[in-house]
Amino acid sequence: MGCNILEVESLTKHFPTPKGLLYAVDNVTFSIKKGKTLGLVGESGCGKTTTGRCILRLLEPTSGKVIFDGKDVTKLRKKQIYLLRKEMQIIFQDPYSSLNPRMTVEGIISEPIKINKLIKNEKDIKKRVDELMDIVGLASRLRRSYPHELDGGRRQRIGVARALSLNPKFIVCDEPVSALDVSIQAQILNMLKELQKELDLTYLFITHDLSVVNHFSDDIAVMYLGKLIEKAPTLQLFENPLHPYTKALLSAIPIVDIDKKKERILIKGEIPSPVNLPDECRFAPRCNYVRDECFEKQPELIEVEPNHFVACPYAKIN
Amino acid sequence: MHRSNSEIILDMKNLVVDYETDDGIVHAVNGMNIKLNRKQSLGIVGETGAGKTTTALSILRLIPDPPGVIKNGEIFLEGEDILLYPEAKMRKLRGSYVSMIFQDPMTSLNPVLTVGEQISEVIRVHRKADSEDVIRKAKEMLEVVGIKSDRYNDFPYQFSGGMKQRIVIAMALACYPKLLIADEPTTALDVTIQAQILEVMKDLKEKFDTSLILITHDLGVVAEICDIVSVVYAGSIIEHGTLRDIFKSTKHPYTEGLFNSLPNINARAEFLKPIPGSMPDPTQVYTGCAFYERCKYAVDKCNAVKPPKIWLNDTHYVVCHKYDDIELTQKEVENNGM
Amino acid sequence: MNFKNAENRSQVYETWRRLKKSRTAVIGLILIFILVTVAIIAPLLYDYNNDIIKQNIKERMQKPSLAHPFGTDEFGRDILGRIIYGARISLIIGVTSCLLCGSIGIILGVVAAYYGGMIENVIMRFSDILMAIPSILLAIVIVAAFGVNLFNIIIAVGVATIPQYIRITRASVLTVINQEYIEAAHSIGAKTPRILFRHILTNCFAPIMVQATLRIATVIAEAASLSFLGLGVPAPTPEWGAMLAGGRAYMREYPHLVLFPGLAIAFTILSLNLIGDGLRDALDPKLKK
Repeated sequence: MGCNILEVESLTKHFPTPKGLLYAVDNVTFSIKKGKTLGLVGESGCGKTTTGRCILRLLEPTSGKVIFDGKDVTKLRKKQIYLLRKEMQIIFQDPYSSLNPRMTVEGIISEPIKINKLIKNEKDIKKRVDELMDIVGLASRLRRSYPHELDGGRRQRIGVARALSLNPKFIVCDEPVSALDVSIQAQILNMLKELQKELDLTYLFITHDLSVVNHFSDDIAVMYLGKLIEKAPTLQLFENPLHPYTKALLSAIPIVDIDKKKERILIKGEIPSPVNLPDECRFAPRCNYVRDECFEKQPELIEVEPNHFVACPYAKIN
Repeated sequence: MHRSNSEIILDMKNLVVDYETDDGIVHAVNGMNIKLNRKQSLGIVGETGAGKTTTALSILRLIPDPPGVIKNGEIFLEGEDILLYPEAKMRKLRGSYVSMIFQDPMTSLNPVLTVGEQISEVIRVHRKADSEDVIRKAKEMLEVVGIKSDRYNDFPYQFSGGMKQRIVIAMALACYPKLLIADEPTTALDVTIQAQILEVMKDLKEKFDTSLILITHDLGVVAEICDIVSVVYAGSIIEHGTLRDIFKSTKHPYTEGLFNSLPNINARAEFLKPIPGSMPDPTQVYTGCAFYERCKYAVDKCNAVKPPKIWLNDTHYVVCHKYDDIELTQKEVENNGM
Repeated sequence: MNFKNAENRSQVYETWRRLKKSRTAVIGLILIFILVTVAIIAPLLYDYNNDIIKQNIKERMQKPSLAHPFGTDEFGRDILGRIIYGARISLIIGVTSCLLCGSIGIILGVVAAYYGGMIENVIMRFSDILMAIPSILLAIVIVAAFGVNLFNIIIAVGVATIPQYIRITRASVLTVINQEYIEAAHSIGAKTPRILFRHILTNCFAPIMVQATLRIATVIAEAASLSFLGLGVPAPTPEWGAMLAGGRAYMREYPHLVLFPGLAIAFTILSLNLIGDGLRDALDPKLKK
């Protein structure tokens, strides 16, 4: 058991909108051990991406703490943020929009090295770029290509190489495969997994796809409307989901086994707007097991089994 | 398997579609054959650039021209070749006989018209009915897809993504089409919403008695809703059969690769087994098999000679040299199958 | 997609390749090329002091002939020569004002879009005010206030184009700024100037280029109008607008006095507009593939 490399405590991000406060991330707490992967799962608008951005301080959190390697990231002054960049990196969802179309592959991968002055010598930078391209499986003849000349899988490899160029310890993977074709998805997932082993990386793996994190994560945290509603080791979560939303989410995944008839739990309606939310269980309006008490106050995240946290007081009863 | 001719809704023969671009000719569809019976639902599975959407658009004759050109082939809808139709006749067909659901519900509705007006419009264009009848019908359609009819006068922006897709489905079914083409209808939606929409589609397919072509990259979605499946790669079908044929006795190396690269929620493994290499270059002309470069079973012959279509049983065929020997013993089946 | 035969295809190369396909743009390019070439080699063709500005009353008002292909004007000066030297003035005014006022407009546009809030408000209202004043009026006021010389004319005709640059730059920066690669640049620790110039501006290049080409045309027309009103480059410097004004009195008997300078203005502006339209099509990402 390693120690926690990242601890997120009561992280909150509100956006003011003309209609009122938008609760993008609301009082989220979790931690990740060194060399492990936490899968952060939820549907669009649940705040998983905002959480990732706040940890990296690409967005300024409204309140809460992000302790990385013993230091509170939220206390860093604007001028010191660049120190953070070498330690924490991000891989973006869309390999089409996350690469500057006017820069060559080489330019994109070498830029972080040049900005952070990791290597001064032009020749050594070139060598390092070659090395990085090799690590992510890009042929070195592509170094002068532009992103639009490459397919999605290769572009995502560029994104990975860019993130690795600063030798980070921790990487936020923000839906890194959801824009890719199935056969390419698996390539990238395997590569990320291998890199993790080789370079002793820690991942926060953000995704909407539970089947992807099943393979990838050690622990899984499920978010709904800015709240963390369930958190457990992966196997435990898949075998014994407790929160009604997690159950529905799991059952909604279309499976490829045509002989396995599974019961589908359909949930009513759609995710409501996260603006001006009342003090009630966020999932209550759509929940199949809803009771009057659910509308009285927001449930706390409680440990119902060892390491298994659920934000529903009735989870064990339902 | 029904063989009576009137049962065949769609019969596409050897369709070839090219896009003539600055960078060369993109061979989007290379000899696609589809035969679809009444009430059947076909899943067309493939990845980016496999020619799925182009195939669908050809059935409606909506290929953007230029640069798209239908180079060859015939498309029979209930026995009539629609490629020979004048545009006016084609227009009558769209929305009434064949209709289509597009991937993105956000952009397939007109933002300045109420959803009721948009559904009514479809009915008004194709059916002679007085306006009260049309409105009543449109409201009925809203109810059918699970939206309260008092939202008739609401605008698209007042609906969420899943609701919009329901409205699009209502529009598509408003004239009881015999063939419904759904192009990645749930890709833009969240899983829980996708589950809802799939339920609606399954339900309505029965109720409205339509044949369905579902285009998707997601084998899970196909398993939910389709009877027969065509797997496409580089513009042509490489394996075709019933759901059971494809899912339970997978034959083509590409189909096999697709299944293997799927993260399976029920079987956790540390590493997935991806298909190596990348998507085929659509401007390339292949002398042999288009999958050659990525195939782990490839032999020299695969690069040199186009693989034949080999029938494995009444319903299942595969286009691959790996099964060349079977062809000899099952020649009869091929004759029957055609 | 196709990486095998597409290595080293930069944006400039791509644009050029597509621009070549547009026949009208190529015609425009050829005309402008001819104009620029003769403007540059003008001193080899005509002697400025003897042929262009020296009055030669004996030969006044001659119809086009071999010696004077476009005829001569009311002071007996060769019209073709004056048009060629006039091209120098027009091109200098066009290009310099475009560079000068274009840079001002682009910088203001980028700043407005990137910082937003109060700064954006001030810049955009300033640009609204500039747009509210008829451009020719603005030019007249500036020239009248600061005196007639080439630099003031360049400023006078250029100022009215600044808001156009501000708007087009701001609009395209706003679309680029939300792209993930800008966030990616932040995430690797890039500082503001680098993000602005290397990541944002390079991706706004297309619409700004189109705008600049079209603005050169309007600026040239504006400068000619100023001269026509007598506020342009002072006589006897050859200038197309001034030539039109000078010939106006004799238009009925000697139409060539206004015909040729008029055609020069028209063709120059037409060519620039053709190039602008061609560029717009060539740079339009929707037409790719």
